[in-house]
Amino acid sequence: MDAGEALLLLLLIPGAAMLLTILVPSRHANVVRWIALITTTATLIDSIWIFAVYDFAQGGYQFDLQYPWIENIGFLGENGISLHLAVDGIAAPMVLLNGLVGFAGVLVSWKITHRVKDFFILFMALFTGVYGVYIGQDLFFWFFAYELAVLPMYLLIVIWGSTNKEYGAMKLTMVLVGGSVLIFVGIFAVFAEAGAGTFDMAVLRDIEFGRGFANTFFPFFMIGCGVLAGLFPFHTWSPDGHVAAPTAVSMLHAGVLMKLGAFGIIRLGMEILPAGTDFWMPVLLVLGGVAAVYGAISAIHQTDLKFVIGYSSVSHMGFVLMGLGTMNNIGVNGAVLQMFSHGVMTALFFAMVGGLYDQAHTRDIRVFGGLVRKMPLFVIFFGIAGLTSLGLPGLSGFVAEFHIFVGTIDTFPLFAALGILSAALTAIYVLRLMGRAALGPFNPRWENLKDLSRWEIAAAIVLIAPIIAMGIWPDPFIDRIAPTVAELPNIDQIGGLFTLSSLTGR
Amino acid sequence: MDLEYQLIIPEFVMAGLAVVIIAAALAFRNVDQKWFGYATAVGLAIIAIVTAVAYWNTNDDFGTVLAVDHFTVLFRVFFLGIAFFTVLAAVQFAGDRLKNHAEFYGLIVFATLGMMLLAASRELLTAYLSLELLSFSFYILVGFNKLNPFSNEGSLKYMLLGAFSSALMLYGISLIYGVTGTTTYSAIGPDVVEGTRNIAAQLASFAGGSGGVDPDGARPGLLIGLVLITAGLGFKVSAVPFHQWTPDAYQGAPLPITAFLSAGGKAAAFAFFLRLFSEAFLPAAAEWVWFVAILAAVTMIVGNLMALQQTNFKRLMAYSSISQVGYLLVGIVALDAANITQSQDAASALVLHLIGYVTTNIAVFAAIIAFYNRTGRDDIVDLRGLAERQPFLAFAIAAALFSLAGMPLFAGFATKFIIFQAAFNNGFLWLGAIGVTASFVSLYYYLMVIKQMYLYEPEGSDRERFHVSRPLAGALVVLVAGVLFIGLYPTPLFDVIHSSTEGLFEQAAALSAAVVGQ
Repeated sequence: MDAGEALLLLLLIPGAAMLLTILVPSRHANVVRWIALITTTATLIDSIWIFAVYDFAQGGYQFDLQYPWIENIGFLGENGISLHLAVDGIAAPMVLLNGLVGFAGVLVSWKITHRVKDFFILFMALFTGVYGVYIGQDLFFWFFAYELAVLPMYLLIVIWGSTNKEYGAMKLTMVLVGGSVLIFVGIFAVFAEAGAGTFDMAVLRDIEFGRGFANTFFPFFMIGCGVLAGLFPFHTWSPDGHVAAPTAVSMLHAGVLMKLGAFGIIRLGMEILPAGTDFWMPVLLVLGGVAAVYGAISAIHQTDLKFVIGYSSVSHMGFVLMGLGTMNNIGVNGAVLQMFSHGVMTALFFAMVGGLYDQAHTRDIRVFGGLVRKMPLFVIFFGIAGLTSLGLPGLSGFVAEFHIFVGTIDTFPLFAALGILSAALTAIYVLRLMGRAALGPFNPRWENLKDLSRWEIAAAIVLIAPIIAMGIWPDPFIDRIAPTVAELPNIDQIGGLFTLSSLTGR
Repeated sequence: MDLEYQLIIPEFVMAGLAVVIIAAALAFRNVDQKWFGYATAVGLAIIAIVTAVAYWNTNDDFGTVLAVDHFTVLFRVFFLGIAFFTVLAAVQFAGDRLKNHAEFYGLIVFATLGMMLLAASRELLTAYLSLELLSFSFYILVGFNKLNPFSNEGSLKYMLLGAFSSALMLYGISLIYGVTGTTTYSAIGPDVVEGTRNIAAQLASFAGGSGGVDPDGARPGLLIGLVLITAGLGFKVSAVPFHQWTPDAYQGAPLPITAFLSAGGKAAAFAFFLRLFSEAFLPAAAEWVWFVAILAAVTMIVGNLMALQQTNFKRLMAYSSISQVGYLLVGIVALDAANITQSQDAASALVLHLIGYVTTNIAVFAAIIAFYNRTGRDDIVDLRGLAERQPFLAFAIAAALFSLAGMPLFAGFATKFIIFQAAFNNGFLWLGAIGVTASFVSLYYYLMVIKQMYLYEPEGSDRERFHVSRPLAGALVVLVAGVLFIGLYPTPLFDVIHSSTEGLFEQAAALSAAVVGQ
């Protein structure tokens, strides 16, 4: 497939929408909302198309598109800095994920009434930045997009957020930008060491970096990106940030932005500096395992719904990092599946919590009870998210976590046990939450609650569809992810699971 | 000697413009004073355009004192642009709060003339005189708000420390002259090569224990002169530890002059710095590079840490500009005697960052001037609720501050990326790492300002929305567009800059070829 313009559209459509929104007078809030909805619909269609058309039999990078930006000046050689876009089997599901979550995010943001125009301008900047990271193939633009995805968070949280928002926003921004300082230094070190005069990842991937160099600079990428993925012990920004953020931003943030971190470890760390993986990946696995258990235990103690989900995100991202740390095809495969699965699941969680909070103005689990009487749809959707989270077979979480545990057992059996323990802990807090808030005796204080609005129902359906699809028929995902993972450098092959290729004996 | 006077017509015209503006005020006493401002702005714009068109392909010397090459022309146009935007932003401010407008604009033009000559100088005394023309204009301009004690204090401090730094620099120049017998850059260059080679030989003979000190050989005077000139320049660009005058002068000066000082003053000093160090001192790079590297590191660290504690916006910008000087010094550090290509990259990166920084800084100040025109206040907390009262100003300030912090979409991201890259390429990984970390710290205090504008509701008695005067709003739109353009597509600008820095290294290239040949 060679239709790179489809990728360019992913950046141009929201970019253009941003400019268009700036021109709309701020009193026409509905115009702004419709622009956002049409934009995200278009990008969703484009994302689905890219995901569907990605040729998994061929594998590798596809939709290649390259425009030189600065070249042949001074230290920059040919294609020194270029707008280079491409997706591989790992990026394709991520693009789809961003399309889904962005679309659902606009739907649940429909009820925002305070400074609507500014909200959607920043939302589009964030959205564009995330796409840029998933499809970027040039370190300059990759980093550009990475920062662009982080930057609007501050204003989004400070203006539209709740609960301790100044603190949460500043902490989130400073920790994430602090992480990107490491990435920045790492990028320059790689550029200088390679001496190829280009920031093009396609070129840098082919250069073999020495073991010493790779061991020195791998942690710059691992920790720098890992911060965004909630790497223990740099995860504390995540619950605070999620709680403070407005609903749609929590969705995008936990759903998509945290995945940028894990994705960055694959793109920059595993692909460019494979020689560093031998030493550092076990470290990542241990830290991921700790985060998985620690996040789950912390979640049990929380009384604020968003904190529960915030810590559950830390725990689930811990699974992702564990999966990456296994460095075998099944574990990494599972990590990518988990990135997708957790993305839609947690977006669904936050969408539901937002729907409840806007009416109840509290998120304290202890005061809720018997919500199923007033909000049956809410309980159903929230329940689906919860069951996905604890890994119920038939939903996407099971497929992903199963891969991760199988991969981990092969390399570090002890940590597989830890992972399974934390999945059990997840069951505790999810079921307790459901039992307390959704079922249980009805608290008459909530007599006036209404069920979800149609915008929220639409958002929930958009997010539930892939959860179920991946749960019962994961092949379309695995077909794309597995061959790409198998081609990553230094990956152990321990056979295939559920893949078409394993069935056909290829 | 035949001097080609046509080469420096723009400078003559500038001097004429300044005199005409001041004289016109005597002749037309009843004219609304703002027309002097607009006349100056139009004059500057015309000179800028004509200079750009007429001199673009010139590459010639005016005697041995001035060079009119790409570099000069680029900086001429750049300085004229800075002055143009400053004057445009100053008109309403001056009308409301200052007297003697014609002198005000005339001095701005004189300062600009000093900058233009400074960038063109290739002889130490000419450079010194240009620098003094610039500095004297600034001493007066900083104290222009006669009845304001802050303005007086700032001016006095600036003048005393400025005189001190000039003395340092003159002493350095005299030492260089004493050792080399010349003050032209091109003649100093080869002597520097010899001087440093003698030092190397001296050290080698020490190491071998084969002889004593050769009285003619080492020429320590050269090094001392170099250090003194660097220190003097450090004062002028306000590098730490020579920065003490900066916050007071910035706070005391009328706002448009703060803008002009932080943009034009720095740009001119760096043009001088760059030309001097690349044409005259480059062969001795191994001797001074550590000195400048430490200066850069300390400047970045101290500037940013001090900025964290500020409550006044002008003082915040003073420390922020100090930290920016640190980033610019990184460009000087990345000059490499052994590698002319690398040196030229570093010079281009420096100029690119300079242009990006100046555009951004003028944008911040233009917006703050618009705010000050309405409110008369300049503390950070006074910006509360600006996003409600004047969304465009708030957006312009936020965009510019994000640019200063090096965030994507805006100029700072691309230019910092390129300037740190130059340092990394020259092996200064630690310096680049300090720079990136410092700019990460700077994000915190810029965010604190942005938070005031966007998070809080307007406070105090004046909460209405307000309008910005048209010329100022127009200038601001152009500046913000410039910041975005440099951030998103710096390629054409970088191309122009790269072709203009080539001339700086012609001699160094020839010298290093000769050294290799021996």
